[in-house]
Formats: sequence, C-alpha cells, structure tokens
Amino acid sequence: MRLDLQDLAFGYAHREVGRDVTFSLSGGEVLCLLGPNGGGKTTLFKTVLRLLAPHGGRIFVDGESITGWSRARLARAFAYVPQAQLGVFPFTVADTVLMGRTAHLGAFATPSRGDRAIALEMLGVLGISHLAARPYTEISGGERQLTLIARALAQEPAILVMDEPTASLDFGNQIRVLSEIEQLAHRGIAVMLSTHDPDHAFLCAHRVALLHHGRLARLGSPEQVITRESLREVYGIEVSVMDATRADGRVVRVCIPTLGTIDPRSDAER
Amino acid sequence: MILVLVAFSVGRYPVSPAQLFALLWAKLTGASIAAPPTLETVVFRVRGPRVLAAIAIGATLAASGSAYQGLFRNPLVSPDILGVSSGAALGATLGIYLSWGVPGIQGLAFALGLGAVAVVYAIAASLRRLDPLLVLVLAGIVIGTMLGACISLLKYLADPYNQLPAITFWLLGSLSAITFGDVVSILPGVLVGLVPLWLLRWRLNVMTLSEEEALTLGVDTRRVRLTVIAAATLMTAAAVSVSGVIGWIGLLIPHFARLLVGPDFSRLLPAAMLLGAAYLVAVDTLARTIAPLEIPLGVLTAFIGAPFFIWLLAVSRRGWQ
Repeated sequence: MRLDLQDLAFGYAHREVGRDVTFSLSGGEVLCLLGPNGGGKTTLFKTVLRLLAPHGGRIFVDGESITGWSRARLARAFAYVPQAQLGVFPFTVADTVLMGRTAHLGAFATPSRGDRAIALEMLGVLGISHLAARPYTEISGGERQLTLIARALAQEPAILVMDEPTASLDFGNQIRVLSEIEQLAHRGIAVMLSTHDPDHAFLCAHRVALLHHGRLARLGSPEQVITRESLREVYGIEVSVMDATRADGRVVRVCIPTLGTIDPRSDAER
Repeated sequence: MILVLVAFSVGRYPVSPAQLFALLWAKLTGASIAAPPTLETVVFRVRGPRVLAAIAIGATLAASGSAYQGLFRNPLVSPDILGVSSGAALGATLGIYLSWGVPGIQGLAFALGLGAVAVVYAIAASLRRLDPLLVLVLAGIVIGTMLGACISLLKYLADPYNQLPAITFWLLGSLSAITFGDVVSILPGVLVGLVPLWLLRWRLNVMTLSEEEALTLGVDTRRVRLTVIAAATLMTAAAVSVSGVIGWIGLLIPHFARLLVGPDFSRLLPAAMLLGAAYLVAVDTLARTIAPLEIPLGVLTAFIGAPFFIWLLAVSRRGWQ
C-alpha cells in the first residue's frame, strides 16, 4: 500500500489553511505530524479523509486518485481515530468496536458472526477484552482511546489516521498507545498521527513532517527534522535536543526545553 | 446481562397489550368474561378500531421518536422537531375551517405534515456550509412557530360555536371518532415508513456517533439522514392525520425502551414500538373511563408523561451522559 499527497492545498470552505503539501507514506511506516496549534494538522487530516474537499492537488492510494470514491470504499482504505469523545447513547465497548465493520457491510445489513469475531479479536489485540460488555460512556479516557483504536482496526484499513491519540491521556496510557502504534506498523498498516510532543515522534515515528503555517517546513527522519533550530523556528522556544541512554541500552533522542526564553519575534503561536 | 434485559422486555411487552385487552373486556362486558372467543368479536366491533388505532399510532410515534433521537444524537428530540405535527395541525385546522369532510381534513393534515418537513429539509439543504443537524433543528423550530401562528390565525377567524371546538379537540388529539377505515388508511404510510427504519437499523447505530466518525466509518450520512427523515415523517404524518396531535409518546417511550434493552437500534425499535403501543392503549383506556366526559389524549399523555419523564431523568441520568 502506498499513499501519495501531491501539491495538496486544503482548508475550510472560504479559508485556505495550507498548501503545497507533498509526501508519501507506505505500509508499515509511521509518519508523525508535528507543528504548532493552528498549523493545519487537523485540517490536513480531514482533507486526507475527505471530510473536507481539497482546495487543490490530489490524493492517491496505490496510484489511484481517491476523488469520487464512495464513503464505504474510503472507509475500507482509511480509518480515523478521532480524539476520544463521549457518545450520546451508552453503546457497549464491543458494539462500539463492531461499528468499525460498517464499511464492510451492505447498506441494509447488520454485522454477522464473523464481524463480531473480528471485533472481539481487535479488543484482544488492544488488551481490553475485559471491557467488552461495559458501556463506552462509563470507561476511562485511556480505555476510550484504546476502544477507538480497536474500532479503527476492525475496519481493516490500509492507512490509519490518528489525531493526537495521546492528548489528554496520563503518562502510562500515552506510552501504551505509542506501543500499540508501533505494533500496528508491524502489521503492515501505514500510520499517520499528529502529536504535540516531539519526544513521542522520537519514540515511534519513522518519519516526521513539521507543519508550519499550513506548509511542510521539514520532512524527514525524526533526527533530521527535530532539531534545536527547527523547534525554535516553529515554536519560538529554546530546546536542547540530546541523546540519552535508556535502561535497555538503546540511545534515544530527547528534547529538553529551557523555560523563559521565548523569542519575541516569533509568530509561531497565534 | 443485556440478553436478560432483552428476554425480559420481549417476553413482557407482547403480553402487556393482551393484559390490557383482558382488562378492557372485563370493564366493558361486566360479568360475562367467561367465554373470551365470542366476546372477542363483540369487543372488536365496538372498541376494536380504537384499540387497533391506539396500537398502530402508539407504535408509530415511538418508532419515529427512536429514529429521530438517534439521528439527531439527542435524547430530548421528539418526532415533532421538524414540524410534522405543526404541519398536520395546520392542515386539519384549515380543513375544519373550510368545512371539509373527515377524509378531506385527514388528507390535508397528512399532506401539510409532509409538506412542512419537506420545506424544513429544503431550507437546511440549501444552507450547506453550516452543521447539517443544527440547521435542520433551527429550521424546524422556525417553520413550526410560523405554522403555529397560522393555526392561531385560523382559530381567531373560525366560527366559535362549530369550528373552534372541533379545532381545539383535534389539536389535543383523540381516538374517539376513529373507524376501521381510518386504521386501514394509515397502515400503508406506517408500513412504508417502517421498512427503511428497520433495514437501516445498523446504520442508525453508527449515525448516533459524531458526523465525522459516521462518515469515516463508511456511512453516507446525507443519504441515510434523508431516508430516515422521510420514513419517520411519513409514518408520523399518517398517524397524526387521524388521531390529532398526541405528544410525549415519541419523546418518552424511546427512553424507557433504551433503559430496558440498550441503545442498539435493532432491539430498540421493536421494544419502543411494543411499549408505545401498550402505553397509548393504556392512556386511551384511561381517557374514556376515568371521567364521565372523555379527556383529550394530548392532555393525559402530558399529565402522565411529565412526571414519568422526570422520574426517568432521575433514574437513568448516566445512561446518556
């Protein structure tokens, strides 16, 4: 599987948010989108998912333009993990995950035994089988995020789009979600996620795209993109990027910011 | 746990109308309750249309209420939200004002019920930049208010001795004048509306998520929304055209059904229909027995519904939080 964005311009009906975005993503790869608030990460995701019409440029899946694809066909290629939100009605966790099967059903069909088996399997993959019968409205934020990832997996997509999957999770759940993302890539899924924490990109991303004012400021490996200069440029803060040796002996790069050195000339934050 | 709840509801509610029947027979026929088969024919000839109508209309209002609450992702929505009742009410009022016959009044009520929702939908569809649900609700409120003003105008102009009581009576809802013909005439609309709701039962579950989630899960939300609104409106307009405006059932019964069988539409729809049928049969029976003068249904459903609803709020708050 290969996803290509070509000169994509994107935004809302009467306001362009970004343009000239070109990159590609292959199965098994994790691409992390970094950038300040208002930089266009969510808008770019919505455009890739066809929730917003592109202002220009094209999106290809395996060389085929997705323009004119039906909702069901899009949903079989792309799955979306939104930031966990509360539903209105108390569906069980199992039923919530089962909704991921919708794109594989006929318009009037209900999920089959096979669909249920897939949903339960995905609960197992995420290690939340014990929650199956609990109402989705009554579990914790971290459990909700895992449920939504299980739902996206039940969709059996080629590409997984995750909008700040670690936002509003505690430290343990953040790392748990990042581990799952690594596992998903091992299953051959192409993962595209956004985050506000550059350390997360060092932990799980193969490539990083730095989105600033709606344009790709940098694109490359985490080590190439996340540098003292680039972080100062887009966030207007002073950060030391250094190597640390982890308990398992591997060297991991980390960001350590310095407080109180905000560059007054920066226009990074709106 | 869920299965127990399902078994409980499915086991209990098909029985419940039957129990009401038994009560009804006892009340109407006094001592001679010993031979039900023969009594059945008698009762059906006298009270049959009314009970059948109560079952059909109660089930219809509860079914469309369930669909609307799911579609609008809001448990406080009732089938009237897009103006079907206001439209039907204006149609009936106009029919009475013009001194049309009963079929004319019912036909006009049905047509304007559908028409009102069509106008609301057209307005919402032409304002595509905004959140589709919000625009639908706002357009529904605006059109409903306007129709209410038209009704007031007609009431003001109507003959106060003949027409005005008839209008008021219709607006409060009643099954007292119902005939077998009426029941038969609403069945096509009700059945035609029910089929798509049942076929789309899984998609309706997905529609209760946010718009973006439903879209990325592969649901063509605009098409499903149009189909469900059309189906639920057709059912409601058919029902309301013969019974007048009966409030509360479409709002209250889906809650109660959800409490029993959960939010999954494939269980919710049948449960709501059975409960709605049972509730309206019970309320209609009360309406004609508790006082020498028949009490309008709309008044009773509100008097019973309001405290019941508050009780439900207290009991099931976490259910849709």
